[in-house]
Amino acid sequence: MDPARFTRIDETTWQIEPTGAMRVPGVIYADEDLIRAMDDKVYEQTANVATLPGIVKAAYVMPDAHWGYGFPIGGVAAFDAAEGGVISAGGVGFDVSCGVRTMLTGLTISDIKQVQTSLADSLYRQIPAGLGSKGSISLDPLEMDAMLRRGARWAIERGWGEAHDLNRIEEGGQMAGAQPDHVSERAKERQRREMGTLGSGNHYLEIQAIAEIFDKEAAEGFGLKQNEVVVTIHCGSRGLGHQIGTEFLREMVTAAAEAGIALPDRELACAPIKSEVGQRYLGAMRAAINCALANREIIGHYARKVFAHFFPNTDLTLLFDVSHNTCKVEKHKTNGASRELFVHRKGATRAFGPGHPDLPEALRKTGQPVLIGGSMGTGSYVLAGAATSEKKAFASACHGAGRAMSRHAALRKWSGRQIVDDLADRGILIRSPSARGVAEEAPGAYKDVGAVVLAAEHAGLARRVARLTPLICIKG
Amino acid sequence: MALFVPAVKTNAEALIDRGWEQFPHDADVGLRGWGPSIEVAFEEAALALTDVVSDAEIAVEARIEVACEAPDVELLLVEWLNAIIYEMAVRSMLFGQFEVKISGTQLQGVLWGEPIDQVKHAPACEPKGATYTALRVAQGSDGLWSAGCVIDV
Repeated sequence: MDPARFTRIDETTWQIEPTGAMRVPGVIYADEDLIRAMDDKVYEQTANVATLPGIVKAAYVMPDAHWGYGFPIGGVAAFDAAEGGVISAGGVGFDVSCGVRTMLTGLTISDIKQVQTSLADSLYRQIPAGLGSKGSISLDPLEMDAMLRRGARWAIERGWGEAHDLNRIEEGGQMAGAQPDHVSERAKERQRREMGTLGSGNHYLEIQAIAEIFDKEAAEGFGLKQNEVVVTIHCGSRGLGHQIGTEFLREMVTAAAEAGIALPDRELACAPIKSEVGQRYLGAMRAAINCALANREIIGHYARKVFAHFFPNTDLTLLFDVSHNTCKVEKHKTNGASRELFVHRKGATRAFGPGHPDLPEALRKTGQPVLIGGSMGTGSYVLAGAATSEKKAFASACHGAGRAMSRHAALRKWSGRQIVDDLADRGILIRSPSARGVAEEAPGAYKDVGAVVLAAEHAGLARRVARLTPLICIKG
Repeated sequence: MALFVPAVKTNAEALIDRGWEQFPHDADVGLRGWGPSIEVAFEEAALALTDVVSDAEIAVEARIEVACEAPDVELLLVEWLNAIIYEMAVRSMLFGQFEVKISGTQLQGVLWGEPIDQVKHAPACEPKGATYTALRVAQGSDGLWSAGCVIDV
């Protein structure tokens, strides 16, 4: 994008002034290089989000933003129900509550190196990955509804997780207000055999080394020590979330027209929060959040089982579990008054700053861990929510590196086999059912994750705590 | 919404009057089928969808019927592609041959395919849903129909 199209507020804040039907400005947080590299579609989509009824303050965009569908990926938008605000299935995305969890192992890099190949093979065997893989769990209708109501809590009650995990998961592991009755039979059918599966595309399980510490005190608070190893899982609500997204997107195209909302792009389909469709979507979407929380809890349990085999005296302790495709009801201060807002984050992570009352006691001093998934070659980051994130973007930060190149362009440039071999030479083991899938997810197809997190830090969204580099990557 | 996008992948056996292509999107995949009728364009778009998942030859062992409807042909394309994505997911199958009949707002489709074999098909990614982004079903000045949109993967 041409930086001249924006009003530059400071080094990392770029404003789209309201024109035409825009009700509020658009605000993109990024450095100049990231802005230049972003597709013009990000500008267009941000401006489109700013036209939606009841939007509060601005349509925000994170430094890892790229062209999405309807909303940009990396978009944050809050709506006030009292002002005719809307809820949008496209603003949440198809993979409802897709997210990241990181578990501490207390093991060192050399512990892993000694068993690296066997560990990679065992994880690949134990954790179903890729299209066509099925989990060993099959849910009957009663269990399905229990899972959709109780999320990670359900998984733990069934023996797939540990109770002390719950206070390290957003919403305490169970999203309130879930309505399994509002989830279609087709969505449930799509999920029946999918619990505990990783999925595909950019989803993964990684064993990562803590390569660099930026903030000693916060790292200590999080239990992150240089040269130790963590397990990170990136996946979401699987077929259930995809089906809910698909069905409500279609319903909301009609609902928006009926409510007299002019959509600049049909993908922005939405319904007033205070409408029957809006409320039904909220109930279904919250059930899908529980599905994602349960799924990551189960995969975490599988990882624990594999680690227990190789390292019998080691416990995997959950650092945190974040979701980055959601709409949540939160209290935020605008113009000095606290209001209840429906905050859409699509490819954006909630990033509560230090002292936030919703954080567990142990994390209140540092702020919320913000887990940033990078690419399999370059690494990932752990950030901590900044005190200023509330004022900047309703307490939000980026979620990943963000793609810099399409899957096609990546396929033209790299071969999956070559990437696997090159990474193996660098000590990184990849296990995946598809060489083409690996090529599509090539490290070079992503933006420089270091530049993204630095921009997030400069913009006052979240500060860097640690950099992680992969040792093993199980890719769907 | 007119959208110029360069095609980067086209089926090798594309005939003059029917075929498909995929076009780039930052994170996802755009696809387009074309042919002398809407029905053929929809069938070709479905072949492009299968290719998003796998380059392998798909055996036509089993026959599945689907039906969908939508108020206009563009929304009908999304419904059609989503019906295939659904069958792919719940049956754990890939489809290599399609037949479409459209009557007004209704579509009757037949899918032929086989169960996914991770070794044979090496599925690269899993389509989550068809989107309304770059959604376009139209007849060109050459008389050929074109049907395409972006798929979230």
